[in-house]
Amino acid sequence: MHPAPSVIIFTTFSGLGFGLLLFLGLGLPPVTGWVAFFLYAIAYACAVGGLLASTFHLGHPERALKAFTQWRTSWLSREAWLSVAALLVMGIYAFAAVFLDTRLTPVGILGAALSLATVSSTSMIYAQLKTVPRWHHWLTPAHMLGLSLAGGALLAGQMTVAAALLAVAAAVQVAHWQVGDSALARSGTNLASATGLGAPGRVRAFEPPHTGTNYLLREFVHVVGRRHSRKLRLIALTFGYGLPVVLLVIPAAPHLLGALAILSHLAGILASRWLFFAEAEHVVGLYYGKRAA
Amino acid sequence: MTDLPASTDRKLGLVIDLDTCVGCHACVISCKGWNTENYGAPLSDADAYGGDPSGTFLNRVHSYEITPEEGPAQLVHFPKSCLHCEDAPCVTVCPTGASYKRSEDGIVLVNEDACIGCGLCAWACPYGARELDALEGVMKKCTLCVDRIYNNTLPEIDRVPSCVRTCPAGARHFGDLGDPDSDVSQLVAARGGMDLMPEQGTKPVNKYLPPRPKQDRAEDLDSLAPYLAPVAEDQSGFLGWLDKALDRLPGARSDEEMS
Ligand code: SF4
Ligand code: SF4
Ligand code: SF4
Repeated sequence: MHPAPSVIIFTTFSGLGFGLLLFLGLGLPPVTGWVAFFLYAIAYACAVGGLLASTFHLGHPERALKAFTQWRTSWLSREAWLSVAALLVMGIYAFAAVFLDTRLTPVGILGAALSLATVSSTSMIYAQLKTVPRWHHWLTPAHMLGLSLAGGALLAGQMTVAAALLAVAAAVQVAHWQVGDSALARSGTNLASATGLGAPGRVRAFEPPHTGTNYLLREFVHVVGRRHSRKLRLIALTFGYGLPVVLLVIPAAPHLLGALAILSHLAGILASRWLFFAEAEHVVGLYYGKRAA
Repeated sequence: MTDLPASTDRKLGLVIDLDTCVGCHACVISCKGWNTENYGAPLSDADAYGGDPSGTFLNRVHSYEITPEEGPAQLVHFPKSCLHCEDAPCVTVCPTGASYKRSEDGIVLVNEDACIGCGLCAWACPYGARELDALEGVMKKCTLCVDRIYNNTLPEIDRVPSCVRTCPAGARHFGDLGDPDSDVSQLVAARGGMDLMPEQGTKPVNKYLPPRPKQDRAEDLDSLAPYLAPVAEDQSGFLGWLDKALDRLPGARSDEEMS
């Protein structure tokens, strides 16, 4: 799939923002007043900023409200509802915490649950797609939820929890890559099934429909070299997971190291998210002879 | 609503004959023409006369080469447009309700006024049947020429999809695949019509007829061979003697050496 900056930024930052909201809703840390204001500002900037970025790739963003209508079948529509609900409920909780110095615990718990549900629905947009075998696996929601929780804990300053969650998220990340690498081959979809021409012999794409490129090739067919991919995976693992864990367990100067850990995590996750899209093989590539399987 | 209808009264669709398609792309052009001038936003082109042309098409023709265990390779031209799936994943993912499947005839359409151009339906289609128009920002797909097949202002002979009407090889057939007695259903039954990517679970309405086994292989094709048997066998008599004598002259080369 085409690794569009808008979707990479959207999924990375909204995951972080809703992760932070989740921890704040649970009272971890139990902040009020100015500290709360500062943390909520970060959370809302990430979550809302991410959602806004996602509208940049729309052909008609002015009709975005229509996306709320099909929650019965569409994960994208559910995500729209859940994100707005989470932002509103957490808004009430944040208002009370910042300006009234009170923590409305039940509201916070509801907000945390809605934040979790929002990230789940985002991940289901990808995991539901049978056409992208690499994504069509429970590890995709596990991956996105794990990252959102770990990143949220990191931003919320929950250092021990963050270190543990990062370790789990790293394991899920590696598993997602491992399982993903053979997903297309295991899916049973190949050029023979795509064309139905496998019975008489070996099928090979001989000529594409047009000499130039087209929407399908631009959107769905992105090929990442093996070496390039290995390098980026290493970068994602090191900066997204490894370095932050190391920085978190160093006892000295927690604030400075915490900030460094967050920056490193963000850089690593952006690399991971780029790979998430760029390495995802859509089966339509088979028709163009662009996939080995 | 993006709920799929439990069943549709009819299942209108196409049957595409891979045996007869000659790969002329006439259906591609007629589809582009009809759908640019009629229903919905026109199908735009970018850099149409430049070095890097690209545009929106609802129907494209691929070509594949099949290499059997034995015998020569075979070229198959492969037109592909929306298959109007019964279990259309493109419809259920749509957040706006712009994509829908009609309960009366099963045609899958996009209401362009409601489409936000998020592209998710194109992600969900395994066949590459949907293309987001670069200029209009809305999703385009085959309409099964819904504006022809029910169009009483057209002569009856033209009330079929533009691609079907145009195909010079008669490789595209239109009809109700839900009716086992229809011409198209019988064609599918007789020729072993197949689904594309059945494992994706989309239950496409459109069917493809596989190429027939080729009887006219190169070795059978040589109908002139009997008339082309070598005329000059081994010479006898005076000519035979002359031939051999000439061969023996210094500098003369025998047939074997020449071949
Ligand atoms: S071929 Fe693609 S666009 Fe057409 S109905 Fe099936 S899934 Fe939808
Ligand atoms: S691009 Fe349009 S038709 Fe397709 S899913 Fe988005 S809103 Fe629906
Ligand atoms: S039925 Fe109409 S819209 Fe569909 S491929 Fe044929 S000409 Fe194009």
